Amino acid sequence: MIRTLLSGDLPRSRLLSALLLAVLFGLAFAPFLFPGARSLNVAATICVFIVLVASYDLLLGYTGIVSFAHTMFYGIGAYGVGLALHAMGPSWWAIFVGTAGALSLSLVLALVIGLFSLRVRAIFYAMITLAVASAFAVLASQLSDLTGGEDGRTFRVPELLQPGFHLIEGEIMGRAIDGKLITYYLVFSAALALFLFMLRIVNSPFGRVLQAIRENDFRAEALGYRTVIYRTLANCLGALIATLAGVLMALWLRYVGPKTMLSFEVMTDILLIVVIGGMGTVYGAVIGSALFILMQNYLQVLMKEASGALAGVPLLANLFHPDRWLLWLGVLFVLSVYFFPTGIVGRLRTKAALRRLR
Amino acid sequence: MTTISSVAAQDSALPRLRVDLLPLLLVPVLALLMLPLIGSFPTWVTLTVAGLAMGMMVFMMASGLTLIFGLMDVLNFGHGAFVSVGAFTATLVLLPMKGWVEADSILMNLSVVGLAILLAMLVTGILGWAFERIIIRPVYGLHLKQILITMGGMIVAEQLIHVIWGAEQIPLQLPTTFRGAFIIGDAALEKYRLIAVGVGLTVFVTMFLVLNRTKVGLLIRAGVENGEMVEALGYRIRRLFVGVFMAGSALAGLGGVMWGLYKETLTAAIGGEITVLVFIVIIIGGLGSVGGCFIGAMLVALVANYAGFLAPKVALVSDILLMVTVLLWRPQGLYPVAKR
Repeated sequence: MIRTLLSGDLPRSRLLSALLLAVLFGLAFAPFLFPGARSLNVAATICVFIVLVASYDLLLGYTGIVSFAHTMFYGIGAYGVGLALHAMGPSWWAIFVGTAGALSLSLVLALVIGLFSLRVRAIFYAMITLAVASAFAVLASQLSDLTGGEDGRTFRVPELLQPGFHLIEGEIMGRAIDGKLITYYLVFSAALALFLFMLRIVNSPFGRVLQAIRENDFRAEALGYRTVIYRTLANCLGALIATLAGVLMALWLRYVGPKTMLSFEVMTDILLIVVIGGMGTVYGAVIGSALFILMQNYLQVLMKEASGALAGVPLLANLFHPDRWLLWLGVLFVLSVYFFPTGIVGRLRTKAALRRLR
Repeated sequence: MTTISSVAAQDSALPRLRVDLLPLLLVPVLALLMLPLIGSFPTWVTLTVAGLAMGMMVFMMASGLTLIFGLMDVLNFGHGAFVSVGAFTATLVLLPMKGWVEADSILMNLSVVGLAILLAMLVTGILGWAFERIIIRPVYGLHLKQILITMGGMIVAEQLIHVIWGAEQIPLQLPTTFRGAFIIGDAALEKYRLIAVGVGLTVFVTMFLVLNRTKVGLLIRAGVENGEMVEALGYRIRRLFVGVFMAGSALAGLGGVMWGLYKETLTAAIGGEITVLVFIVIIIGGLGSVGGCFIGAMLVALVANYAGFLAPKVALVSDILLMVTVLLWRPQGLYPVAKR
């Protein structure tokens, strides 16, 4: 049962299984385990990022394509739903229209960019996507009549998902069953389903071909696989799933804006998570996202204390300033590219495999 | 005797490199085509000079990157960090010597800016050396890792700028004699833009002469064509790598100072923002080609300026449109480098 659900790709390490179970358990019961709006927000962000990062790993870790346009697709999903709800009012129909529109726009863009530049080398694709994504971000913030510009758009969601809505009177385990909770479980179950779907993809024959292309595209081509087609398919698939992640995020935040959806910081976050979690393993996205989002939200508190303790020392205090947490993650990123190219998950798996050999 | 003379005869009959002039025509043709669309001659002059100035600054930043890519097959996604560091280093001179900046004497102004540029180029050059040593050397030949690691280097560098100079943006004052504009007829030519054009042309001509008229330049060009062969002939290509990397970084630093003074405010993101433009320029020019990079920079900047005047909404995506057009015409860029 579990083997089928996980598509035969078990964690293959006891510690990793324990960590994954902890994340799953924590996310599944987050509203009851960790009361408070902030921790629920953290949990929902982790869910969305697991999907977003795993879909990016489909490109980077499995196919060996570096794309900087992933936030663009994420943003298209978020803006699609956000603008549809803003324009058509809070209804499920608006969500459907927004999602469908966003998915088709993403598909067309991914196809065009892919066919245009995936024929040539990895570096070329990276540069083209960087250019296109930044142009898209500029467009989104400048076409303020449509997108609300820098301020973005807030919108109302259907009544079932509104915080004021109560499904039943009273509380369960000290938690009111309100719209926020329902939204959270919508995000959670969608993320879980998408995650299992991606696990299925990478362990299918199609996923094997992608890995073959990553290892040696020349040989894959020689074996008779049209690498351009496979790369483009992987690109489209990654883009579509990222779009869905954007839809979930927009529904959760009830807001879309260029800073949270399209900025380059989101892209660097994704890169950091993929590499630190482990490229080429969907589980890496889970561990990486959980670790990263927790650090983003709670490391700053720690650093504030460190900075306070070092207040007298001029440069050191700045080094530990809470806003500089990205510096430390950047250093961790560079080190992990050198020393742990397979990330946390790859590391744990290798260790477990070695132990089994002994 | 006959053999020698026949060899000499063959020598002179060697096929010359075909000179491809078509891309050279693009810039003047574009400028002339825009004249009737814009309608007023003075506006056209102002726009063209503004475009050329911006293009020159972008060229300074892009030339190092394209040369590094051509010679070492390394695409440095962290190149923008050198731009930021260059600009911020300049503040170390420009802010304490405020008196010289504000003085109404061209000599004082020039010397203080010259000093700032010198320091910035020195710092970015040394930083480039360290960057090559620490960040890039272990990943030669591995493209995926190069992209990731230089990106990481960029993040760290940007954060370190925050640590050293603080997170607020720094206002940068243009020296007094560099402000204002020359009025010729009805056309206003900003002085600083003319200076930028001058500096950019100097850089281009120097680079052109070094690459085409010196032995080092010959080796660099040979290295771009076939690095292994150069090594086999007994030259230490590794040293050439380091030298070019330092020079490229220093040029990015120079571009950073000029760009920072042009913008008159500094944020640590300045390098990241310009990186996109720089990439578009070197794609248009053909990865690895300095001449193509020059034309690409001019094209991008001119198109951005003209589009900004004629159709502001189109200007937002004019770079991308230009890139797509050029790549549809020449998929490898204006001047494809043979082995890429």
